[in-house]
Amino acid sequence: MNAPDVVAELDDLRVWFPTPAGVVRAVDGVSLRVRRGETLGLVGESGSGKSTTGLALLRLVDPTSGRVHVAGQDVTRWSRRRLRGLRRRVAMVFQDPQASLDPRHPVGASIAEPLVVHRLTDGGAARRKRVGELLDMVGLRREVAERHPHELSGGQRQRVGIARALAGEPDLVVLDEPIASLDLSVQAQIMNLLRGLQRDLGLTYLFIAHDLAAVEHMSDRVAVMYLGRIVESGTPAQIWREPAHPYTAALLSAVPVADPRVERQRRRIILSGDIPSPIDPPSGCRFRTRCPQAREDCADVDPVLAEVDPGHDAACLYAGEAVRAMRTETAG
Amino acid sequence: MSGAGQSAVRRALSALRHDPLAVTGSVVLVLLIVVGVAGSWLAPSGVNEVDVDRMLQPPSWSHPFGTDELGRDVLSRVLIAARVSLQVGAVSVGIALAVGVPLGLLSGYYRGWLDNILMRCMDVLFAFPVLLLAVAIVAVLGPGLLTAMIAIGVVYTPIFARVTRAGVLSVREQVFVRAAVSVGASDLRIMRRHVLPNIAAPLIVQTSLSLAFAILSEAALSFLGLGVQPPDPAWGRMLYDGRGFVTEAWWLGVFPGAAIFLTVLAFNLVGDALRDVLDPRQLTVSEARRSTG
Amino acid sequence: MSDPPVLSVEDLTVTIGTRRGPARAVAGVDWSVRAGETLALVGESGSGKSMSVLAATGLAPRAARVAGRVHLLGTELTALSPDRRRRMRGRHVGFVFQDPMTSLNPVLTVGRQIGEAAEEHLGLTRRAARDRAVELLDLVGIPSAAGRVDAYPHQLSGGMRQRVVIAMALVCEPDLLIADEPTTALDVTTQAQIVELVADLQRRLGTAVVWITHDLGVVAGTADAVAVMYGGRIVEQGPVDAVFARPAHPYTVALLAARPEPGAGGGDLATIPGSPPSPLDLPAGCAFWPRCPVRGDARCAHELPPLVPVSVDHHARTFYRPPREDA
Repeated sequence: MNAPDVVAELDDLRVWFPTPAGVVRAVDGVSLRVRRGETLGLVGESGSGKSTTGLALLRLVDPTSGRVHVAGQDVTRWSRRRLRGLRRRVAMVFQDPQASLDPRHPVGASIAEPLVVHRLTDGGAARRKRVGELLDMVGLRREVAERHPHELSGGQRQRVGIARALAGEPDLVVLDEPIASLDLSVQAQIMNLLRGLQRDLGLTYLFIAHDLAAVEHMSDRVAVMYLGRIVESGTPAQIWREPAHPYTAALLSAVPVADPRVERQRRRIILSGDIPSPIDPPSGCRFRTRCPQAREDCADVDPVLAEVDPGHDAACLYAGEAVRAMRTETAG
Repeated sequence: MSGAGQSAVRRALSALRHDPLAVTGSVVLVLLIVVGVAGSWLAPSGVNEVDVDRMLQPPSWSHPFGTDELGRDVLSRVLIAARVSLQVGAVSVGIALAVGVPLGLLSGYYRGWLDNILMRCMDVLFAFPVLLLAVAIVAVLGPGLLTAMIAIGVVYTPIFARVTRAGVLSVREQVFVRAAVSVGASDLRIMRRHVLPNIAAPLIVQTSLSLAFAILSEAALSFLGLGVQPPDPAWGRMLYDGRGFVTEAWWLGVFPGAAIFLTVLAFNLVGDALRDVLDPRQLTVSEARRSTG
Repeated sequence: MSDPPVLSVEDLTVTIGTRRGPARAVAGVDWSVRAGETLALVGESGSGKSMSVLAATGLAPRAARVAGRVHLLGTELTALSPDRRRRMRGRHVGFVFQDPMTSLNPVLTVGRQIGEAAEEHLGLTRRAARDRAVELLDLVGIPSAAGRVDAYPHQLSGGMRQRVVIAMALVCEPDLLIADEPTTALDVTTQAQIVELVADLQRRLGTAVVWITHDLGVVAGTADAVAVMYGGRIVEQGPVDAVFARPAHPYTVALLAARPEPGAGGGDLATIPGSPPSPLDLPAGCAFWPRCPVRGDARCAHELPPLVPVSVDHHARTFYRPPREDA
């Protein structure tokens, strides 16, 4: 295999926010690479740091330590002014399409904003033509450009959000929960649209979601986050069939399946309690306070991501073994 | 302003048409503006035409508002004074807008030390009673209309700065502002295109209310002799001059007082209606759907 | 199955006056739920699933006109005075809403909030109500309940708050629990905890549960019976196994296919074009017709299809008769 063409890379990234209650370690040592043309899925629950990780790729948050590389350049310390150029390279689609579009402007103006900001088109006619093409791409009629966000349905608004993200022909699109606030029948439309655009335009995605089934469906590789760290990464098949980290296994077992017969036979791994505060994460392994298989040394040793299979990494002292033990226990 | 701003104004105007109080207020305002512009032509006699034979005449056909202690026609003076009042309102609120809005924008958008410094300055200004501040400015510039307008403008600046800042603070947390940052828009562009149009509603309302209060303030200043100087007519000044004759010549105070009252009321009616029209988003399909979901 | 239903709704219709005309949020809906049973109402936004339950229990917004018959434990609710209806509801029905943060009063301790209902409806003293609150917090699995009873909502996590809301709903040992998207705002692992908790409480207390949700996975795991709603009407209803195994309405079929199947890999998903209709602007015939991939009968465009039996207790609103498997 050739050396993969890396579009964006995070290297031991930490993003800490000072708050009155203490320093929130939203992202606490995350390394990842997004390769050209792939979809990297980032899955986790609230407080896992997955969204902050996405924002860091656009430098919409300031890293506390670590490095952010985009298109081969180290952008970690770029000035505000320089960053504006970066933001043509990396685009973002937000969770709530209603909130992410300015209610005062027709949606055509929102789609055109990257074109105007980066002076990508000459004059109004060229800009309108490009907005029309973008609307075509996302499956909306060109007249929609004149409408205001409140005149559109949720699905249409999210298509507008995608068109805006594509306007600057970015190298990487960060999709932050792009389907979470849509109706079920519309979610499938948006997922198909995103995949179709990726095929046609060779796009690269970082797909951030809490919905494991959606992430698995969309992604070439998946990284599972817990409390500011990646605890497991691999292909969807690896993660789904043979999760090596107890948290991944619990997460998978919690995902409801739309089949009553399957649901009745399932033995869930119910985690106790809630995700601990990112202000004061547990010592050693961060998951140990909720892990059904926690052992004594889990409190002392902070496990690093290590390979369990080719292309499949997990950060657990008892990777694989713990999950097997959990499954036998819940089955018995 | 931007196209979106215009469409908001158009929407507001069409909604205002269906509100009888707002229509009344608007009609009164239009009349006032006409009077303000054309007052000296509409007035039946000159503003300072003294007629010692006709001192303190009650309202009659020849002098519908009566005459004052120098025999001057009160109607003419009230009409001509409209210009002064409107001018004071427009100029002082204009000063407050021109200074307050940019300060509030910068303060709310950048926050941090800049916000702290600017807002503490505003607090200091805000703490001064308008009259005290006017007295101080008069001490420097001397009494007169310009002084009154500057004093009122300075007093209203912190109000606009605060209203703007409060709006900016909530708008800048909206996802669409983050979305604009994410496509690389500059701070100036974000403030102009995204923040300002979205805080236009409270600003328009504040403007109309401040116009009313500015006119009242001018009346108060003139009443104290700090504003318009005699013999020029101003509603507040006329009220002041009429106070000595309350029992024998009620018309000296009542008509300028009524003019102030009407003007303030008209601005308030329009301001209230604008607040109703601009503040709650018009009911949209998606909202209807959500409320029935 | 001979015992009478806890709550039954017949021919329920809800029309809401809006600035843009009347919105028909619910039209001619029938369903019932028995003790110990869970009925899932499934639908997308604007389907009328929440409104039908709110209207049935007398919680519809003031602008809504409600018609139809609603029986709670054999009493016709619509015939009662608002005050008696309120008391009946308070005593026999518990509610759990989507967002636990907005369901709780931020300035009262959770113990006070749970205790209030006990004081009001059970006539307990303040002290007894507090003991009851501790007992309930313990019941819903809040660790060291005696210590948490004086906590304020913001001091608890999202999952804990939803447990508190469930405890509030259970104060009067209701016959019926109405859960309106109770896990939508929660994380997957917390959702699993709450689903498990409600199932466990139901087993122990024999409560009837109406679970309103858009998540078919949650339905499969919790419900005995399911009613699928679209455009204010039920388009399909029946036992959960029958509906999931042999969906008869094209909407149900499409909804089941639109969800990525775990472990199935990444082909394109079957989609339904367009978006759900607005209750202000419903199509003339079948509300799903404009988006329907089947369109099995020309009448669907102008005429409302009737609810027809598919198998025992399983009905679908369609002219189109799929081949019967048991025939």
